[in-house]
Amino acid sequence: MYYNKHIREVKLGVKNLLLHKLRSFLTMLGVVFGVGSVIAMLAVGEGASKEALDRIRKLGSQNIIISSAKSIEEESQTNVRSMMSVYGLLYEDEIRLRVTFPMIKNTVPVKEVRKEGRLGERAMELRVVGTTPRWFDLIQRPLVAGRVLAQLDFETKSNVVVLTEHGVRKLLAGQNTIGQTLRLGGEYFEVVGIVQNAGNIGGDIQTPDQEIDAYIPINVARERYGDILTKNLSGTRSMEKVELHQIIAEVDSTEHVEATASGIESMLKLFHKKEDYKISVPLTLLRQAEATKRTFNIVLGSIAGISLLVGGIGIMNIMLASVTERTREIGIRRAIGAKKKQIITQFLIETVVLSTTGGLIGMGLGLLIPFLITLLAGMPTVVSAFSLALSLGISMAVGIIFGIYPAIRASNLDPIVALRHE
Amino acid sequence: MDIANYLNGAAAQLENVHKTYQMGIQQVKALSGVSIAFEKGSFWAILGPSGSGKSTMLNLLGCLDRPSEGRYILNGHDVSTLDDDQLSEMRLNHLGFIFQSFNLIPQSTVEENIQLPLYYQGWDPEESTERARELASKVGLEDRLNHRPMELSGGQQQRVAVARALANDPAILLADEPTGNLDSHTGIEIMKLLQELNQQGKTVIMVTHEQDIAAFAQHRMYMKDGLIERIEGMN
Repeated sequence: MYYNKHIREVKLGVKNLLLHKLRSFLTMLGVVFGVGSVIAMLAVGEGASKEALDRIRKLGSQNIIISSAKSIEEESQTNVRSMMSVYGLLYEDEIRLRVTFPMIKNTVPVKEVRKEGRLGERAMELRVVGTTPRWFDLIQRPLVAGRVLAQLDFETKSNVVVLTEHGVRKLLAGQNTIGQTLRLGGEYFEVVGIVQNAGNIGGDIQTPDQEIDAYIPINVARERYGDILTKNLSGTRSMEKVELHQIIAEVDSTEHVEATASGIESMLKLFHKKEDYKISVPLTLLRQAEATKRTFNIVLGSIAGISLLVGGIGIMNIMLASVTERTREIGIRRAIGAKKKQIITQFLIETVVLSTTGGLIGMGLGLLIPFLITLLAGMPTVVSAFSLALSLGISMAVGIIFGIYPAIRASNLDPIVALRHE
Repeated sequence: MDIANYLNGAAAQLENVHKTYQMGIQQVKALSGVSIAFEKGSFWAILGPSGSGKSTMLNLLGCLDRPSEGRYILNGHDVSTLDDDQLSEMRLNHLGFIFQSFNLIPQSTVEENIQLPLYYQGWDPEESTERARELASKVGLEDRLNHRPMELSGGQQQRVAVARALANDPAILLADEPTGNLDSHTGIEIMKLLQELNQQGKTVIMVTHEQDIAAFAQHRMYMKDGLIERIEGMN
């Protein structure tokens, strides 16, 4: 019975709104565009930041990535005498990290070698990484075929290689490559597995395995190829001596990541005369990205808030006009026995129906726009359930807030005066 | 005296009722001490020049206003001290209104207009529809249920208003110049309808300034300067 009564009140409201279809529609438009733009803007923002955040997350929020980098002095000096630049992380650095910081659970060394790889008829220069089996625990990549490096390979210094899909494409290899022999420089390796690559990361974040073609055990790399890298660039021959290209340190908990990173920095400063390394902390990047996203959302939220405010004022304006126009009807209802509360309810339901319908149409618009953006511009967009719920909630609130004043004004009309109103 | 009258079956009773309005800085005395009992089943006409207080009297009787002084007892309830919500309840449950300008809701159909008091009384929609149909046939509009007021003649609109006023089965039917917007022929038809309702037991109180319309009532009250000047047709 009680439930029934509310249905009737809503029906009455809908009926009154349908009497002036065009007017109701125009009144709704403010909320429609307000809600539509909130959802669409949030979806675009969410889509853009989600991509970045996902990439950073893949690096592992508990990891610290220390990379070798040519220092600025080294870069500008043309070292004529030795023709060789010596820089970067040392094998010792990895050991130091592990023994100095108890919160570092794991370290993974990375040594890069560029060698010509030959598989059957095909020969290409490959970027080979020497590392330990722990790499595959820290930087998880789905296995396509075969297996990853194992501790045994490391202990027996076996010539085994794990190709990435990147390398597979370069060599035009297939899954049947497992077990075949790959020639790297002057050495022969058995292909034991294929793993997927990470996607290309934008910005200045270094992905540990970007464009890596193959993995081999690090001790094998060190023994077979040494630490000196020779590059032939436009006729000039340059040599670099780098022991380790990267060390990835895994910290026991995310709370310790930042403190450990600054600890590593001070420690490396002690042992390195030049600043020939770079520390990047995915967690910090993640926090920065999240902070940027928050700011972005606040700006979007304010813009959307203003448009909803304008929509709400539009609704209030029309409802005030409607109260004046329907003064007589209000008088009749009051004379027949409607209480003030019932008049308030009647008008409030009309505004809420108006703003909520606007909100629902706006939701449709808010779903359509991101879909079109993704379809036409190829930008990723994410419409979150939260933004839908939020906008619907806000549009109902707009109806209540901006409807309450006209409704109270309607209820406060003196029935005697209202009945005489022409 | 009031108890006695109540026991005798007064539908409405005014006891030394005063009504003063504040018009700017001026105080206007619309009623200055009126006492009268309207017996159940009676038919009253209130007459008088404009400013005599007859509209004020009708507003008070209709619970649209409260007396400044004195008591008003409607159907056994003392109305003088009720708040706005309670007055609404009195109107909803004990009174039926008929206005000069019909005062139907233009966007609603005949059926919906008749149902209006039942809507606020919280009737079941089906029962309410049934009741509205009954009342429509009572006033001879059973074939106009889905028309809007604008599609009806003045006389038909007033019949809808009468049906609406009867919907809540009120103790008193209050009519404010019910024939004022009608031609004399239709006016007489409406008066015959009211007379018929009165004969069926309804108490009717009507404000008018037309003698021939007032002639339909049993009792005629003449008002002047906020007081009852004389009453005709009392035994």
